[in-house]
Amino acid sequence: MDNSLFGYKARETWINHTTGTAKLVGFLALTTIGMISYDTRFLVALTILSFALIKMAHIEYQEYALLLRLVLFIGLINLVMITVLAPQYGVQLYGTKHILFGSGWFTITTEQLFYEANLLLKYLFSFPLAIVLLFTTNPSEFAAGLNKIGVPYKVAYAVAITLRYIPDVQSDYRTISLAQQARGYEISKKSNLMKRMKGIVQIILPLVFSSLNRIDTISQAMELRRFGRYNKRSWYQEQSFSKSDVGMILAALFIVMIGVLLFVTNGGRMWNPFK
Amino acid sequence: MKESNKKAGLSVRSVVATGIGAAVFFILMKYIAIPTGVPNTNVNVAEGWLALIAGLFGPVVGFLVGIIGHTLTDATYGAPWWSWVLADGVFGLLLGFSKRFLDLEGGDLSTKKLVQFNVWQVIANVIAWLLVAPIGDILIYKQPANKVFLQGITATIVNVLSVAIIGSILLIAYVKSRPKKNSLRSE
Repeated sequence: MDNSLFGYKARETWINHTTGTAKLVGFLALTTIGMISYDTRFLVALTILSFALIKMAHIEYQEYALLLRLVLFIGLINLVMITVLAPQYGVQLYGTKHILFGSGWFTITTEQLFYEANLLLKYLFSFPLAIVLLFTTNPSEFAAGLNKIGVPYKVAYAVAITLRYIPDVQSDYRTISLAQQARGYEISKKSNLMKRMKGIVQIILPLVFSSLNRIDTISQAMELRRFGRYNKRSWYQEQSFSKSDVGMILAALFIVMIGVLLFVTNGGRMWNPFK
Repeated sequence: MKESNKKAGLSVRSVVATGIGAAVFFILMKYIAIPTGVPNTNVNVAEGWLALIAGLFGPVVGFLVGIIGHTLTDATYGAPWWSWVLADGVFGLLLGFSKRFLDLEGGDLSTKKLVQFNVWQVIANVIAWLLVAPIGDILIYKQPANKVFLQGITATIVNVLSVAIIGSILLIAYVKSRPKKNSLRSE
């Protein structure tokens, strides 16, 4: 299988050796609590932790530099949009108003800047976690991991099929795209929207039909092998839990508990330093 | 065949359709997206594919393809943006209900059915991108309402157009490739 698409490489680190299930649980727990929490201190700690994890996993900066820039770019565009469309939103959230400069609609307040800094942290903190999960977990292990955390095995198997066939569909797509471009259909930015749409239709029609045929072939093969006969199944890539797996899950739960405790002490999701 | 129908859960065909459907969705999202200028909002050919796969295999497959496909696409850019992942799932689920009236396997697609499909896809798009996605953004991510609704409106318009054009073309092409019902006559 072409694992390079999601950046997986076998590396000799403890993060690589923990099971996919533990990493999946950790990822879901931390991203969920970070998504809900608006406590800046918590988010900063979480961001530092996740960048520390990326370091521990021996993932080089060059490997994710492009993606990091993309995430920062998307985050900044969103911040600009919020500044333009809702410059007083921070005031509304925190209930106080400390004017920095400007007047009228575009009064820039400390609250607004603080809120947007929080938002940027939210765009940022989950990125290293996702990179660590994707770069250190064998895609085939995901399905086993999903099944273990309670996703029905048929759905987990569908995810396995997706990961298995993305490279195949990708090579189909490339072949079809090149063939159609050779016949004169243009899909690059050089031509106008109408021509691009036409070119795109000429590519996706063959892709759609070859994929529908694929569905028939694979489901017949699986039917012959009696897929779905039993209510449970075992996984080739499944690994038994070791101490580091239990440790990782416990650590993730501990962090979630800190986050929940902060909700109680803050009296809600927001941490308000202005009061 | 009969035995497998009796069993609970997804059929083998649905499992495979979900897997391949999400793989194609992923490739289309990644390689064929025309930016609109509003952040996070592209003309997605993938939504047209989702319409066909949901129309063929029903709501459960539609829902799963939306969720899995969108999560994986987001994952390669960093981290999943859950409110929009959920919106794509809801969109697939709603489109899946068109399976009943479309009856694509029958090999007959009248103008009336196409109009019905397009009316339904507009409703599904509005629910997914104008309700689920922005409200999720507000509740989960606490983003300002007018910003997320601007994104929602753009996404709705763009996806309605994408499904109206690409989705309809795919439906017509699919039905044309199927033999018509009663096309065999005994002599």
